[in-house]
Amino acid sequence: MEAAKEYLLKLFVTGASPHSVRAINNIKDICEKYLKDNYTLEVIDVYQLPEVAQQEQIIALPTLIKKSPAPERRLVGDMSDTAKVLRGLGIAITV
Amino acid sequence: MSKKLKKTPGVDPINFLQKSPTGIAGLDEITNGGLPLGRPTLICGSAGCGKTLMSVEYVVRGALQFNEPGVFMAFEEKAEELALNVASLGFDLDRLIADKMLKVDHVHIERSEIEETGEYDLDGLFIRLGYAIDSIGAKRVVLDTIENLFSGLTNENILRAELRRLFQWLKEKGVTAIITGERGESSLTRQGLEEYVSDCVILLDHRINDQISTRLLRIVKYRGSMHGTNEYPFLIDEEGISVLPVTSLQLDSEVSSETISSGIAGLDRMLSSRGFFKGSSILVSGTAGTGKTSIAASFADATCASQKKCIYFAFEESPKQILRNMQSIGLDLSTHVERGLLEFHASRPTLHGLEMHLVAIHKKIKKFSPDVVILDPITNLITVGSVSEVKAMLIRLIDFLQNENITVMFTALTLNKSTNEQTDEGISSLVDAWLLIRDIENNGERNRGLYVMKSRGMDHSNQVREFIITAGGLELVDVYLGPEGVLTGSAREAHILREETGIALQGHAISRKDREILRKRKVLEAKIASLQSEFESVEEELNKVYLEEELKKSIIEKTRLEMLNKRRGVDTQATTKAGRKKK
Repeated sequence: MEAAKEYLLKLFVTGASPHSVRAINNIKDICEKYLKDNYTLEVIDVYQLPEVAQQEQIIALPTLIKKSPAPERRLVGDMSDTAKVLRGLGIAITV
Repeated sequence: MSKKLKKTPGVDPINFLQKSPTGIAGLDEITNGGLPLGRPTLICGSAGCGKTLMSVEYVVRGALQFNEPGVFMAFEEKAEELALNVASLGFDLDRLIADKMLKVDHVHIERSEIEETGEYDLDGLFIRLGYAIDSIGAKRVVLDTIENLFSGLTNENILRAELRRLFQWLKEKGVTAIITGERGESSLTRQGLEEYVSDCVILLDHRINDQISTRLLRIVKYRGSMHGTNEYPFLIDEEGISVLPVTSLQLDSEVSSETISSGIAGLDRMLSSRGFFKGSSILVSGTAGTGKTSIAASFADATCASQKKCIYFAFEESPKQILRNMQSIGLDLSTHVERGLLEFHASRPTLHGLEMHLVAIHKKIKKFSPDVVILDPITNLITVGSVSEVKAMLIRLIDFLQNENITVMFTALTLNKSTNEQTDEGISSLVDAWLLIRDIENNGERNRGLYVMKSRGMDHSNQVREFIITAGGLELVDVYLGPEGVLTGSAREAHILREETGIALQGHAISRKDREILRKRKVLEAKIASLQSEFESVEEELNKVYLEEELKKSIIEKTRLEMLNKRRGVDTQATTKAGRKKK
């Protein structure tokens, strides 16, 4: 079950700010809807791990980094624009 | 209002804006102490004008000179590239990073990798910056160039709001920040950063005039502080940036009544027997080949001979050329060079712009701290700037040198025009002393005449002296003032010869007359002697008669008495006989 996950996603947030909360909820919805059982979502609070911000070149928050599959993509914002999120994740929209 | 009036330097600074010294040569003078402490400063300018360098120098000098750690957030260059770029200026970023005095954070933004999916903020940047600041206790922060955010992220409204928040946050953090920005077309920066950073804005410029580039710095605004408002030239060289605070606004420099010999005894005599005032400015002007450089070299020689330091900026000849040429008039400058009292700096005026020359001169003077500065000649500077620019530059140079109490001698070439009393640079009104050497052409030869046109605060000769360059040095000779006017050169010599001949002839005539008198006297004396003897003989003759008469008279008397006795006779005879008998 663990090994087969295609999507590795990292979501960087700042505590419980409105943007962060919205982003977490939105991405969870999208993942559940389009990538069911095929993803790993890691939520990282940058406040807790400030050195990560430099390592991962994070400027805007919230940021979602799609580590795999390649190519790496960055999605910033509260993930409210589902079409853009899907495009960023490289998921063809099937109506 | 009254508070404002009390704003004089030297007063307790507690009420004033605190400053963070940059350590950049000259910038602290212009800004009256440095950048506003704990506030962001915007440095803007076009590409390649030195924004990054200035900000790097700010953090590096902060770390090295003021022991203040700094964070450099680079949006353009990677940390390694940055370290390499500034290594040429002697800044070892890697070492500072290892010493925890510096933190370089490269912010990478790639638009193609980013998808904007809704509302966001720049907390990531805040956190990174905050973390970097806290990890080394930074006091100085540079954001170079933050406008790059606009190329990576598209939502300008968010960016602008976030930038405003960032600068506010930096202020709260209490760090002194430099934000650099590329110059925009109609505003100072492309994104109008000056709206957010309103405490201090420094504009850098790189101007090219007649193929010669000049870097300029201007403080556009500086809230709560006095600052210089002019454009100041600055130089980037192997030691970083040096800005020249070129105009002192006041004329309040210290003056000295000490004098310094010109190296030419005759010239000193023309200047109240003393020479030039220390810290004064002297202009030597003249047409080509009148010996301006020789005067300057004599001055340098005299200065070094009295164990003082001299710096010689040559714009026409190379140092070796000057050394060789001055040998011919008996000045051995090379020993002074060896002893480190004399320094030559030769550069073509076209090497760089006027302002750069000024900065370079300024810097060398600061380094060498000489007593005397010679610029030979200033005329050639005209090739790199207009008359007014050259004049402005020289004013600033004179100002600076007067403040430092350094004596300066300029030489200038005058052209034989109708206004040849005026030097081309028009600086004759600025200088304290002005020597003019003029060719006096007469009788098919040219001679040099030296005038002291002015010498402020000093009784000086109004006479023209003939200026002679000999193998033993320079000499000033009084010109001959005769009924035929002022004579110089061989005309003077000839006249002096003629005069000597006249004196000899006159002397001869006088001695002949003397001898005549002597002879006359001898004749007369002889005559007197003969008359005397004549008189004596006459006198003797007369005396002889007189004596004879006298003799005759006494004999007659005697005879008469005898006769008388004989008449009375007997008695007398008897008595006599009786007398005889008795006997």
